[in-house]
Amino acid sequence: MPGANAFGVLPGFRDQPVFAETRVRFRGEAIAAVIGDAATIERFDSNHFPVTWLELPALLSIDDALAEDAPQLFDGRPGNVLVRGYVRRGDPDVALAGAAHTAEGDFETAFVEHAYIEPEAGFARRVGDGVEVHVTTQTPYMDRDEVAAVLGLAKERVRIVPTACGGGFGGKLDMSLQPFVALAAWLLDRPVRCLYSRVESMATTTKRHPARIRARVGADADGRLSAMTFDGDFNTGAYASWGPTVANRVPVHCSGPYFWPSIEARSRAVLTNIVPAGAFRGFGTPQAAIATEALLDELADKLGQDRLAFRLKNALRPGQPTATGQVLEASAGMAACLEALRGAWHAGRTAALSHNAATDGRTRRGVGIASMWYGCGNTSISNPSTMRVALKADGTLVLYQGAVDIGQGSNTVLAQICAETLGVPLDRLTLVTGDTARTPDAGKTSASRQTFVSGRATQRAAEALRAAILRRANAGDAAAIVFDGAQVRVRDGEVVRQIDLATLPVNDEGDVLAGEGTFDPPTSPLDENGQGIPYATYAFGAQVAEVLVDVDLGTVKVLRVTAAHDVGQAINPMLIEGQVEGGIAQGIGMALMEEWVPGRTDNLHDYLIPTVGDVPAIETILIEDKEPLGPFGAKGVGEPALIPTAAAILNAIRDATGVTIRRVPATPDRVRAAILAARAER
Amino acid sequence: MGAYLRPASIDEALDRLSTGGWKVVAGCTDYYCRPDAQPLADHVLDLTGLSEARGIVDDGKLFRLGALTTWAELAAAHLPPQFDALRDAARHIGGIQIQNTGSIGGNLCNASPAADGVPPLLIMDAAVELRSLFGARVLPLTEFILDSRQTALRPEELLTAILLPKRRGRHASRFRKLGARSYQVISIVMVAALLETDDTGRIAEAAVAVGSCSSVALRLSALEHALIGRDVAGRPLSTLLDAKHFAQLKPVSDVRGTAEYRRDAARLLVGRALEEVQERLQ
Repeated sequence: MPGANAFGVLPGFRDQPVFAETRVRFRGEAIAAVIGDAATIERFDSNHFPVTWLELPALLSIDDALAEDAPQLFDGRPGNVLVRGYVRRGDPDVALAGAAHTAEGDFETAFVEHAYIEPEAGFARRVGDGVEVHVTTQTPYMDRDEVAAVLGLAKERVRIVPTACGGGFGGKLDMSLQPFVALAAWLLDRPVRCLYSRVESMATTTKRHPARIRARVGADADGRLSAMTFDGDFNTGAYASWGPTVANRVPVHCSGPYFWPSIEARSRAVLTNIVPAGAFRGFGTPQAAIATEALLDELADKLGQDRLAFRLKNALRPGQPTATGQVLEASAGMAACLEALRGAWHAGRTAALSHNAATDGRTRRGVGIASMWYGCGNTSISNPSTMRVALKADGTLVLYQGAVDIGQGSNTVLAQICAETLGVPLDRLTLVTGDTARTPDAGKTSASRQTFVSGRATQRAAEALRAAILRRANAGDAAAIVFDGAQVRVRDGEVVRQIDLATLPVNDEGDVLAGEGTFDPPTSPLDENGQGIPYATYAFGAQVAEVLVDVDLGTVKVLRVTAAHDVGQAINPMLIEGQVEGGIAQGIGMALMEEWVPGRTDNLHDYLIPTVGDVPAIETILIEDKEPLGPFGAKGVGEPALIPTAAAILNAIRDATGVTIRRVPATPDRVRAAILAARAER
Repeated sequence: MGAYLRPASIDEALDRLSTGGWKVVAGCTDYYCRPDAQPLADHVLDLTGLSEARGIVDDGKLFRLGALTTWAELAAAHLPPQFDALRDAARHIGGIQIQNTGSIGGNLCNASPAADGVPPLLIMDAAVELRSLFGARVLPLTEFILDSRQTALRPEELLTAILLPKRRGRHASRFRKLGARSYQVISIVMVAALLETDDTGRIAEAAVAVGSCSSVALRLSALEHALIGRDVAGRPLSTLLDAKHFAQLKPVSDVRGTAEYRRDAARLLVGRALEEVQERLQ
């Protein structure tokens, strides 16, 4: 290996080797790459690979890893704790002691597989004195830097070209085969390709963190929330990956979108000997929402208050501080989301009451509600995006946009923002997408940041191109620009000036005029109590789920989901509906059936994800409370769509049966066992 | 991969089979989805060209069900009520694509404890026709599937047909499948029930089978005895159920459900299937 046998995704946490040298930390970790022509590799039987294994004790659970006598997996990570997160505001212990009503509980979630339709795939080749990697990825620039470090090359000598991506959901925010194909192509000077089978993909790439959560909440006699304590342990697997991000995001978000006068939230990312848990749509917040939203229902019931009205009363509003002490002045549409769901909530309750009164009790219908909030962009760190818009000599308008479209639609949304800003029809734009040699760094497609961050950068780039044209035409800011083939006409009052593009000097890309724009959402670091401004803006939302529970068999059918999401400004409503429907489908899986068991459910035969038969009618209500920093007021929706779904379904099961499900997935055997246990207690 | 052959007749297939070393496939719906995902290296004998082993024939006393008959063909066929359970199963196995290519004979030869085709055939007292170059033999289905993934099929034999006695009296059948999602799911439990009544509306014959709760799907003989003579116009048959009727089942705990849950679910599903059959016979 010409460079370092190490990679990672976060500064200070580059702890994963490309090839394990003497110690393998999880089943499925690479120890070598075998390279050959296709026919040879097809015949290759890995069972005959010359390696001698010595089995060491394995830490497979949070309890294993936290045990006092547990083997220590890494130097410098005492107690097998990778990182801790902490947020504290006020004195929740005092407030809970004085609360009129409290609720508390323990909750547990499972490893969840992303199950994108496209497994990891890519190829690399040497080009000149560098290497080119064509690969499925959510983060081309990070891949470039990490591959360069592995190869011992300057970053500029590595080019990452993202291929059309068949879904990522966070799973392609870590490197998979990038270093293998790059290294092989570099050393052999031949093109090298690699394609993971579904089993290889599921056995060796990241998962959603299993969580073990204990939380306690309190309210005063009027139903005002007073205090919350939250402790969450997350099984982060064998290497850091995005574990620190989960550990930081959870204490910031576990309050839910509510105003709490006091809160203390702790998290730990715990190292074990399982495949690394990494980024997955929501970075730990869907797990936290399951706990918080279940306890809110219990509080509302103790208070005798309607569960939606209780949430509305406590919804975070502009001017109120968050758990980190941040005061949102704008675009905090939580109350509007809940108000928009009143119709669905009351219709769902009426339908449930009439079903439950009319039937023999074998099936019970219920309705549940849960809310979410989510900071758009990375937590308290710079995460800029840069976009470029250019004109060619023949008048072609090109948007150089490096935000990887992983199916969510950034190629469409960013082009719309660009066209709208320039005042041209969408079909006038030509796109050059995600290529580290041709597009500026837009940052990762993660953290629900591309519409908000790259969208604003796109708007600025288009404004910069417009300014460059106006400067050349010596026109004022109010002038109108008409793009007419190789001519650009600028009308400034009575004066019309014409720019003949063919006469202008051409740069390397063949552009004659260009505008570049950068946006980095303003944040501030969190102090030792987690106080500060972690995000520039937040998405808000809530969902109502209706379910039918077969109380004997424990099966749960989701009948309908109504989702209200504050997206700031809907740039493309149909794409947002797509995100919401996809997020809800994934949330149904997390709630009811998805559980990855290492070595047992490494395939889609044994690992269940929802089918068309499991996903009901979904109604999406868009709330547009404009974010002043966002492009035309827009913010993100990619992760928010999933965050409240599982919580809403579990609350609906409780509404139907009176039983709180404390462990997901709520498989039929677990639901039945919970119902039987509750009957036995009565 | 190795050699691939698709004979056009049973005789040709048997002739080839006698040379040994073949992996016999029909719809390939089990063959391709093996979770180990190793490259295909077998010599494959593909039976899908054997049109003579396809389709359903009524020969007066028996129904003869060609081993290559697909789930989709079964679901679409016009058949008497004794087949209702099997046709229900056919509509719930995999998705449409699986139903279009998966065969009933393959389902039996694969001998999965979770094979959805087995309980509906058990309640029809199915037998299988096994042919080789030396002739044919007929085995009851209960003597064909020996254990999980084990059958009585000899290396030189092909399963060519399933033979089903025709019900003469008034009868009805029902299949119930339970999985953790709506479609395309391996059963946690599945049950099939068939009842035949005499002229007075009393149960003359009863057959109840449960799958995924033992290494091979089982008929619940104790329950069947308890059902004989009951009046289908009387109280719900599910009220007769007793733990001892299910004592033969040996469910295991796995990712799909606990053993305890399987035992409970089997009883619940049998009760529901019997009630539905009862309702059809009233």
